[in-house]
Amino acid sequence: MTVLPDADVLETALGEAERREEAAQRRRGLILALPSFAYMILFFAVPLVIVLVYSFATRTSTGSTSLSDWNLDAYRKLGEPIVRNVVIRSIVLALITTVLCLVIAYPFAYFCATRSVTVRNLLLVAVMIPFWTNFLVRNYAWRLLLSSGGPISSFTESIGLGPTEILFTKTAVVIGLVYAYLPFMILPLFASIDRLDWRLVEASRDLYASGPASFRKVVLPLTMPGVIAGSILVFVPSMGAYVTPELLGGGKETLLGSYIVTQFLTARNWPVGASLSFVLMSVMLVSTIIYFRAGGKNL
Amino acid sequence: MSGRSVAPTTRWILRSNGAIVLAFLYAPIILLAIYSFSGSRIPGEWGGFTTEWYARLFDDSRIQKTIGVSVRVALVSTVIATVLGTMSALALERFKFRGRRVFDALLYLPIIIPDVTMAVMMLMFFTQAFDLVDLLFGLGLSKGFATIVVSHVAFNIAFVSVVVRARIAGMDATLEQAAADLYANRWQAFRYITLPLIAPGVLGGALLAITLSLDDVVVTQFVAGPGSTTLPVYVFSLIRKGVTPTINAVSVIMLLASLTLVAGSVALQRANAVRGRINSE
Repeated sequence: MTVLPDADVLETALGEAERREEAAQRRRGLILALPSFAYMILFFAVPLVIVLVYSFATRTSTGSTSLSDWNLDAYRKLGEPIVRNVVIRSIVLALITTVLCLVIAYPFAYFCATRSVTVRNLLLVAVMIPFWTNFLVRNYAWRLLLSSGGPISSFTESIGLGPTEILFTKTAVVIGLVYAYLPFMILPLFASIDRLDWRLVEASRDLYASGPASFRKVVLPLTMPGVIAGSILVFVPSMGAYVTPELLGGGKETLLGSYIVTQFLTARNWPVGASLSFVLMSVMLVSTIIYFRAGGKNL
Repeated sequence: MSGRSVAPTTRWILRSNGAIVLAFLYAPIILLAIYSFSGSRIPGEWGGFTTEWYARLFDDSRIQKTIGVSVRVALVSTVIATVLGTMSALALERFKFRGRRVFDALLYLPIIIPDVTMAVMMLMFFTQAFDLVDLLFGLGLSKGFATIVVSHVAFNIAFVSVVVRARIAGMDATLEQAAADLYANRWQAFRYITLPLIAPGVLGGALLAITLSLDDVVVTQFVAGPGSTTLPVYVFSLIRKGVTPTINAVSVIMLLASLTLVAGSVALQRANAVRGRINSE
């Protein structure tokens, strides 16, 4: 008579093998992740911590940074009129950019979403191509277009409106920012309008809602996740923009990005630059959390 | 009445808005290309057709040098970031391990962090690290090619990883199990099943990485040394001094380079879509 192993023993042995296999899987995963994990800690997490540490340090009279004296001076400086104005100006310009993008992109996204599959794909590719081309070149193109004696100025002059002097103004910066980030608004809006249940719109029309009313009460609320996601995707990079304000604003209208760069490359006030970078990053992090909460991940 | 149909006025507004948006997106690029052939010394003025500015580019040793640096930085950083990004994508999608959530979060940060913050971080890090190396080993390191590559890899791992993860997530995991059932060892299953299946994602990630590397101005400006400036950083400094016809020509070259990369990735996606259809039939 063969002795069958006890059921309990068998189960324990199986459980043991399973556990061992799982531990092996964990080890393999860790080994696979380790090189990039180490890289990201050394060249990303550590630099991030250094910025945080520096934001609490003190700038010495020679322009170097003293790490022995810890305080909140750099953050207190953010309340000073110069810095506050830079921050407010950046927020205002980023808001204007966001609203303009929304106004331009919503009808466009709506138009795309109501086309046939072929046309819609063509339109979306057409939106993405400029977005993929070199960022610096896109800004430079506007500098060329808006320059005095440039095409736009010559055009307005020839039709008798006189030369336009837009370059190196806030308007030029906003044009550049809208141009740069418009696709960020179009794509999430398109995704949410495309997913809209049109039967609900039909139902509202059957219940005698006018076109505008059904848009306001049905379409807009249902596509709100897209509006929020797009607004964040435009607002956030506009806040931290550096290249566009430098090239199209001519450095006259100092924005947050340029101000931070100046603190490092010319003013040599690292603590203030570090604290502003940290504030900027916190804005991004909070926005990202709102973005995910609004369902942006699914767009 | 269908919900999609709109009043004639609305339809007209939607159509013209569409046309305006497309014109707004393309006019600057097209005009830039046209003006790069203008004979006038004033960059925004038409002065007859010429290819003089392009000819000058080929004689400009400074531009030649920065193009060389840009290409080398892009290639080296893309290779490193693609390997590391693909490994992390596989680890995150296929395995559970200690620290997985932290790693996942850490890989999201470079995507959302503003350029300027990233630039500041890298500058401060290298300054500190070089001081430390000098103190410990007496080596005087300076910023240059290596610091640019290290910084580009630091933001590109995240982008490659996102693209590859999307590909792995859409992949049929049972294929790997089938390979294992047929006595393939882990390496064989990876080499003959997983790798060919994720290859389009890896290539897509690499194309994105090379584009971002060739595009970057802000981070590179902070970590470049005196002898190792990339083309965008050099062009940026030129534009700030004023626009010249030569910049028009360089810009068109940069434009063509990025368009070639886009065309590559679009062709890749199309080939994928076709292959996907054939496989599913």
